[in-house]
Amino acid sequence: MDEALLGSMLASTLRLATPLIFCALAGLFSERSGVVDIGLEGKMLFAAFAAGAAGAASGSTLLAMLAAIGIAVSLSWMHGLACVSHQGDQVVSGVAINIIASGLTVVLGIAWFAQGGQTPPVTAGVRIQPLFAQLTAGLAGVPWVGALLGEGLLGHNALVYLALALVPATWWLLFRTRFGLRLRAVGENPQMVDAAGVSVTRLRYTALTINGLLCGLAGSYLVLAQSASFSPNMTAGRGFMALAALIFGRWYPVGALWACLLFGFLDAAAIRLQGAHLPLVGEVPVQVIQALPYVLTVVLLAGFIGKAVAPQALGRPYTKER
Amino acid sequence: MSAASHTLPRWADLLLLPVVCLAVALLAAAGVVALVGQNPVEVITVLVHGAFGTARGFSYTLYYATTFVFTGLAVAVAFHGGLFNIGGEGQAILGGLGTGLVALWWSAFLPAWIMLPLMVVAGALFGMAWASVPAYLQAYRGSHVVITTIMFNFIASTLLVYLLVNHLRPAGTMSVESVAFADSAKLPGVHEALAWIGVEWPASPLNLSLVLAGLAAVGVYLFLWRTRGGYHLRAVGSSPGAAEYAGIRPQRQIMVAMAISGALAGMVGMNEIAGVHGKLLLEFVSGAGFTGIAVALMGRNHPVGIVLASILFGALFQGGAEVAFEVRGFSRDMVVMLQGFIVLFSGAMAYVIAPMLAWALATLQRLLPQRKQPGAAHG
Amino acid sequence: MAGPAVTAAPAVRMTGIHKQFGAVAANADVNLCVQVGTVHGLVGENGAGKSTLMSVLYGFYEADSGALEVFGQAATIRNADDAIALGIGMVHQHFMLVETLTALENVMLGAEPHWLLRQADVQVRSKLSALMQSTGLHVELDALVADLPVGDRQRLEILKTLYRGARVLILDEPTAVLTPQETEQLFDVLRVLRQQGTTIILITHKLKEVMRLCDHVTIMRAGRVVHEMPIAQASIEGLAEAMVGRKLHMGQVQEDTVTPGAVLLQASGIEARDALNVVRLHDLNLTLRSGEIVGVAGVSGNGQSELLDVLSGLLQPTRGHLELSGQVFEAGAWLDPQTARALGLAHVPEDRHARAMVMDFVAWESAVLGYDGFPQYASGGWMNHDHMRAATSTMMERFDVRPRDPELLSRSFSGGNQQKLVLARELGQAPKVLLVGQPTRGVDIGAIEFIYSQLRAMRDAGCAVLVVSSELDEILALSNRVVVMNQGRVTGELAIDACTEAKLGLLMVGEPA
Repeated sequence: MDEALLGSMLASTLRLATPLIFCALAGLFSERSGVVDIGLEGKMLFAAFAAGAAGAASGSTLLAMLAAIGIAVSLSWMHGLACVSHQGDQVVSGVAINIIASGLTVVLGIAWFAQGGQTPPVTAGVRIQPLFAQLTAGLAGVPWVGALLGEGLLGHNALVYLALALVPATWWLLFRTRFGLRLRAVGENPQMVDAAGVSVTRLRYTALTINGLLCGLAGSYLVLAQSASFSPNMTAGRGFMALAALIFGRWYPVGALWACLLFGFLDAAAIRLQGAHLPLVGEVPVQVIQALPYVLTVVLLAGFIGKAVAPQALGRPYTKER
Repeated sequence: MSAASHTLPRWADLLLLPVVCLAVALLAAAGVVALVGQNPVEVITVLVHGAFGTARGFSYTLYYATTFVFTGLAVAVAFHGGLFNIGGEGQAILGGLGTGLVALWWSAFLPAWIMLPLMVVAGALFGMAWASVPAYLQAYRGSHVVITTIMFNFIASTLLVYLLVNHLRPAGTMSVESVAFADSAKLPGVHEALAWIGVEWPASPLNLSLVLAGLAAVGVYLFLWRTRGGYHLRAVGSSPGAAEYAGIRPQRQIMVAMAISGALAGMVGMNEIAGVHGKLLLEFVSGAGFTGIAVALMGRNHPVGIVLASILFGALFQGGAEVAFEVRGFSRDMVVMLQGFIVLFSGAMAYVIAPMLAWALATLQRLLPQRKQPGAAHG
Repeated sequence: MAGPAVTAAPAVRMTGIHKQFGAVAANADVNLCVQVGTVHGLVGENGAGKSTLMSVLYGFYEADSGALEVFGQAATIRNADDAIALGIGMVHQHFMLVETLTALENVMLGAEPHWLLRQADVQVRSKLSALMQSTGLHVELDALVADLPVGDRQRLEILKTLYRGARVLILDEPTAVLTPQETEQLFDVLRVLRQQGTTIILITHKLKEVMRLCDHVTIMRAGRVVHEMPIAQASIEGLAEAMVGRKLHMGQVQEDTVTPGAVLLQASGIEARDALNVVRLHDLNLTLRSGEIVGVAGVSGNGQSELLDVLSGLLQPTRGHLELSGQVFEAGAWLDPQTARALGLAHVPEDRHARAMVMDFVAWESAVLGYDGFPQYASGGWMNHDHMRAATSTMMERFDVRPRDPELLSRSFSGGNQQKLVLARELGQAPKVLLVGQPTRGVDIGAIEFIYSQLRAMRDAGCAVLVVSSELDEILALSNRVVVMNQGRVTGELAIDACTEAKLGLLMVGEPA
């Protein structure tokens, strides 16, 4: 394994993990407050479309991101209306969001851009460029450091670093602030929180708003940093992989981060390992690596590699009992 | 605070509410259609005509409906057992795989009257097996069936790709599909069957798995409401405490519900693989598992409702194709979007709509002129 | 014990409180006066109205009429926040704690002094430490609640209320979940609190504790206050009699005195635990003979429900021996509900909604619950709808269930009719042993006598009937023999003619009679 390969693997891992990290953190807030979020996929997809459409139409990165965040937050609020303000089934609502997103994005895409559902590529000025391009270029020649540090770690755009920075930020918010304490409590025992005089509804809506914000960032990343345009169903199941990462990380920010990095790594490795021979196992089919994140999550849920204990009140609509 | 003081009378809950939810979904979709510059009325007209106006169109509608009956029944049986089976997609893939593998291996050696039932059984068993793992994990290890079935959907699709690409694709070909089955593994089309009795009918993918779907609907009805097994399953889904009191074991019922559910979803292969394509390929489920959820919700988890809802969705798919053909700028994704609206309003938002409907009914009752009722007291 | 003569305003004065639920007056013209710095016991059986009264005080309910005064000031309490603002705190039977958070975090929640937890922690910790010092209430502040034993959790609940400035503390059956040692520790804490001027209202049915701890006691029965006195003037016998006392219908002459015959059910050495591994039945023995009705008397929550569950096969005991219809069962290889039915044991559960019927099933489907495999109803896995419907119609006729519609949803029947259908189902199987929990709960007066006559008819036909009821009148009206339970044990067994108010009252509170 040479340094160039390692460097590029590191870079790919981080790039592929970034949307997962945003979505997993989004799911974290929602589920920690007791609201199941199956709709991460749909929200990310719709946000990506919004970013692509707004970016192409307005030529402004800021507008593109605001559009993405706006759409995702609206969808989260809709989820809240059905499930928090009323007793709607949280899973059904999430499934509905996914289906609506996959259809509506293409319908609007065709109607507005007439390119079979794709949005026109956003210009380079709108795209989010690598942050430390000159530094990376400068380190290029240096053995090992150039590859690992330069390309691997420093060659990324602001959203990648934002995603990584949001992990400790989420941890801090969840475990070091009053809001975080209340959020964790409402996902375990909403009756207790209600009896203590804190509004369960307000907490859950706040969590859902943050959730929408993060899904919006995930969608923006896909269009403004990864590809340059939206194409139908471009999320390709990544929202579910983020959900799997969240569960695999046992609903902790750092755990989710490691899971996302692992899944990102597997994604990056999948293509490179195609046709390659590994010691002991021979040629590994790419599909095995693609399926690995899901298989690992099932194994975890089955309790074979430690326990994953969900927030106790997760999935149950809260009604004031008297 | 919801208007919980108004509750819906039973007739309204079973019949009116789904219709209202559907109407709201259609309205939302019509809104989008208008938003993108189409004429909703035109779209609806072309859609209805495309789905029901011609014998060929109607056949296509029924062909789509057949698949949805299977996946809708699958979701419904699980719901009656108190479980949400989102894994219909993956179970249908495995079922199709089973059907296809058996056909690939033995269709050259066996006559149709042995081959076809064998394919049905294989499809059911494979689908059942795929559903049983999440079921076991839920029943005995407490792993949430929603998450595990979602994971299994993805694992199923990668499995299918792997098998097709690496093992079943004839060497040297580009397209990701298997060789064609021998004729004994093909379900006759309805137009063929009708020709045998001298009736002329235009060719279409509609095949005899339509009969299978009908039988499945009847079978599910009989099972759920006429057998002890179905009684036990519904009891556990409705009231685990009462079921326990009756000596019914919840874990066992979870396994049974999911097994039947998986077997039903596995039947999709008979429609698509045995009935239409005659070979194993990648895209034969394409979201039918999720449509099954919409169908079950609309059909209130009852076989009759599911059959009707399946025809509705079949009509939307077929009519949607026609509209895409005739109306510029329209694509089948509008049907997907409508499907999503239906799941949203019939499923999650039903709790938002129900109190409003109850309030509306109550207000209507108050406003209508009082009917003379002998001895009726008024408070 | 009793403090000095008080001249200051009482901590709590409730006057003329009336609270109606439908046709039932849970509280009827109730007066309660609690002096500052005393421990006041509120005593009564289930349904006496003590929980309702305290719910009114704590703001969960609003009284239909009556006046509230807290520390001399007139008060309107509409919700828990109002109560807390006035200095009233309540420790419920079911703790309101988040298990995955620490003790400190649980106290802090909702009243955090700072948005940064680090800062809040410091402030709360110092205040709590001072509180723990002064009261003697010690809890490991940084322990996760999940790791705390029950006694500690209760102390934590008390700390929570004190932290929020409670000067009146309401404790709802606090010792129900405590071991004797934990109970002692609780009492020590309560004594310290009393000394510091905190007022304590203790809802309980355990008269021993009342005698040991309280200064004053108010006894309620059927929604009214029947007695109110300083402890110095009270005795356990007096309290027991007041709690239970009524004109007992001893005049129920058993004209048809069938002498009890063969032993149909014999249970010995039963020990059973609940989900939290707390022992609910201690070394319990019970014999049921053909041709007798055995009534189980006692305040609810003393193991009667567990007894029914063990005998019907719903709960597996940790120790014990059972002989039923010639078959022997040992703990570890116990009976299950289906086997029980096959052996001729029928069970009318206490909980109609969660156990006895499937509310979403139509009437005839609920009417065959547990018996769907019996030959008259099914063959080879197929249910015979006609037989089931016909049987249901017969049941409805026999027990006058209205409306007479087997196709109506179970939940659409009134409570009384639901109960009649369940009874019809179980009695209709002509069982050898019949277990009945709360036979006439929610049933209208007219039907009660009918149900009693049906139960007597079963007895006369040779059935062994076990009736568990929280209504002592009912037990006395039906039974040949009364078994009294307290704290998971049988404290006494009396033939019906030997029952007196005094004896029963004492046995029910665990005193020798």
